[in-house]
Amino acid sequence: MSSMTVGLPLTWRRIPERYNLIGSECEICHTKYFPVRRICPQCRRKGKMKEVKLSGKGKVYSYTRIYAPPSGFELDAPYMIAIIELEEGPRLTAQVEDCNARDVKIGTPVEMIFRKIQEDGKEGLIHYGFKFKTVSGTSHILQE
Amino acid sequence: MRRVAIVGAAMTKFGEEWERGFRDLIAEAGLKAIEDANMSGNELDAIYGGTMAAGRLIGQEHITALIADYMGLNPIPATRVEAACASGGVALRSGYLAVASGHHDNVVVGGVEKMTDVPVGEAAIALGGAGDQEWELFMGATFPALYAMMARRHMHEFGTTEEQMAMVAVKNHANAAKNPYAHFQKEITLRDVMKSKKVASPLKLYDCSPITDGAAAIVLTPLEKARKYTDTPVEIVASSQASDTLALHHRKSLTTLNSSVVASRNAFNMARMKPSYIDVCEVHDCFTIAEIIAYEDLGFVKKGKGGKAIEDGETTLDGKIPVNTSGGLKGCGHPVGATGVKQAVEITWQLRGEAKKRQVRGAEIGMTHNVGGSGATCVVHIMKRVN
Ligand SMILES: CC(C)(COP(=O)(O)OP(=O)(O)OC[C@H]1O[C@@H](n2cnc3c(N)ncnc32)[C@H](O)[C@@H]1OP(=O)(O)O)[C@@H](O)C(=O)NCCC(=O)NCCS
Ligand SMILES: [Zn+2]
Repeated sequence: MSSMTVGLPLTWRRIPERYNLIGSECEICHTKYFPVRRICPQCRRKGKMKEVKLSGKGKVYSYTRIYAPPSGFELDAPYMIAIIELEEGPRLTAQVEDCNARDVKIGTPVEMIFRKIQEDGKEGLIHYGFKFKTVSGTSHILQE
Repeated sequence: MRRVAIVGAAMTKFGEEWERGFRDLIAEAGLKAIEDANMSGNELDAIYGGTMAAGRLIGQEHITALIADYMGLNPIPATRVEAACASGGVALRSGYLAVASGHHDNVVVGGVEKMTDVPVGEAAIALGGAGDQEWELFMGATFPALYAMMARRHMHEFGTTEEQMAMVAVKNHANAAKNPYAHFQKEITLRDVMKSKKVASPLKLYDCSPITDGAAAIVLTPLEKARKYTDTPVEIVASSQASDTLALHHRKSLTTLNSSVVASRNAFNMARMKPSYIDVCEVHDCFTIAEIIAYEDLGFVKKGKGGKAIEDGETTLDGKIPVNTSGGLKGCGHPVGATGVKQAVEITWQLRGEAKKRQVRGAEIGMTHNVGGSGATCVVHIMKRVN
C-alpha cells in the first residue's frame, strides 16, 4: 500500500502542479505561491490570483536521507528528501535523486526533473511528478 | 470563567501492549483516574477524548462513544478531539473550557492510542497524516524526516551537534528508568545513541520517540469544589493553543515553532508568570531536536542556546529546570493521542509530591507543552499546586 491510496480525481486535479510546477502569483503584491492558492494570505480579499509557471530552479534549504521508509517507498530507501527554495521564493518538499548524495548541502543549486513518485499497489495508479537533482549532478549512484 | 482543578490522574503502563486492546487501555486509565478523584461514575457530566488515528490504526472511528460505553458512562456526552499528536492536550483544553465556562462540573479527559496492531510502516503512514498529505507525505517524506530537516537547519544556524541531541535521549531514558509506567526501562549511553541505526539523517533510532500503546486520563472539577474530592488539588492556571502552517516548508523558519512561541507566551500572560517560575516541565520531544527547540521557544533559554542547555545539564532531574521527568515521549513512549494527557498526569503527580524516585523537590508550578504534527498545533498548560 502506498502513502494513501489516492483515487483518479485527486491525481488528475494535481497534474498541472505536479507535472509542470504551476503555482500562483498575486497580481497586487506579486508574491508567488506553490502549490496553487485561490486567496493571497497577505492581501486576502483585496488580492487577485493568477496561475504562473515556476522555473524549477532553486536551492536546497534543508535535507535528510531516509533509511526507514513508509510503506510503498521500501524499494527506494535510502533516498533523499529536501525542502527546496525556488528562485521565485516559494518552498516545497521533494526527493533529490540522480546525483551524488554527498553533493547535496544547504545552499546547493538544484533543478526540477520529472519522475515517477509512487504506485498505488500492484495494479494501481502510477503517480508522476517533480523531483530535483543538483545542477552539476551526473548520474552517480546515491552514496553518503 | 471559573477556576478549574485537576482532582484525578492516572495512566496505563506505556509500551508494546500486545495483550491489551484500545478498549482495555482507555477503560483502565479512565476508571483509575475516576477512582483517584474519589468520584462515582454518576457524578460525571462529560467525556473529552483525544485520539489521532484510530481509524487507520484499529479501523475504529467514533471512539468517544465507544469509551462512554466501555466505561459504563452512558448517556453523558462524549466528544472526540483530534489534533494529531496534540490530540490529548487539546482534549484537556476542551475539558478545561467546558468546566471553566460553567457548562459542566465534573469532566473526564482521556487520551489513547493503540499503535502496535499494525506493522511499523503502516503506523508511519498513519502518523504522516499529521503533516501535509498531498505535498509532504506523497513525496516520500516521513515524520522523522521533517524533524530531521529542522535538526539540519538548527545545526547549520546555531552549531547544534548530534551529540547534544543524543544527550536529550540519554537524559530522558534515565528519567524513564525511574518511571514504572514508561515504555523504556533502561538507561542508555551517549555511545548507544550515536551508534544506533540511521532513521532520517542526522536522526538515528534513539533520537526518535517509539511506536507505543497507552492511555492516560485526568478528572477536572471547578476549583471551589475540588476539596470535596482531594486534599491535593492542582489548579490549571493557564490553557493556551496556537496554530501554524500544516506543511513544514511553508514556515519562515525551521528552527522555531511559532505555535509554541505564541501558545507559551499567551499562557505565561494568562497565568501572570515568567518562564523562570516553572519548577518542572513536560515538553513535546517526539524527536530529540524537538526538545532542544522547545527550550528556546518556551523561553527557558535564548534562541540557539538549546544545545548548550542540555550539554550543561540544566534540564536533568536536579538541574535548574527539570524537563521531561516522565521520560518524555522519547523514554516514556508516544501513544500519540495519549501523550498530551500523560504530560498532565506527570505534572499532577509532581505537584502533589507523588513522583517517587523522579520527584522534583518542592515543585509548585508545572507546565505541559504538546505539539501536533511538525508544529501546526501547539497547546500549553500551566498548573499550580493549591496550598
Ligand atoms: C524510529 C522507528 C522507525 C523505529 O522503528 P523500527 O525500525 O521498526 O524499530 P523496531 O520496532 O524494529 O525496533 C528495533 C529495536 O529498537 C527498539 N526501539 C524501537 N524504537 C525505538 C526508539 N524510538 N527508541 C529506542 N529504542 C527503540 C525496539 O524496542 C527494538 O528493540 P529489541 O530489538 O530489543 O526488541 C519508529 O519507532 C518510528 O517511526 N518512530 C517515530 C514515531 C513518530 O513519528 N511519532 C510521531 C512523532 S510526531
Ligand atoms: Zn497579495
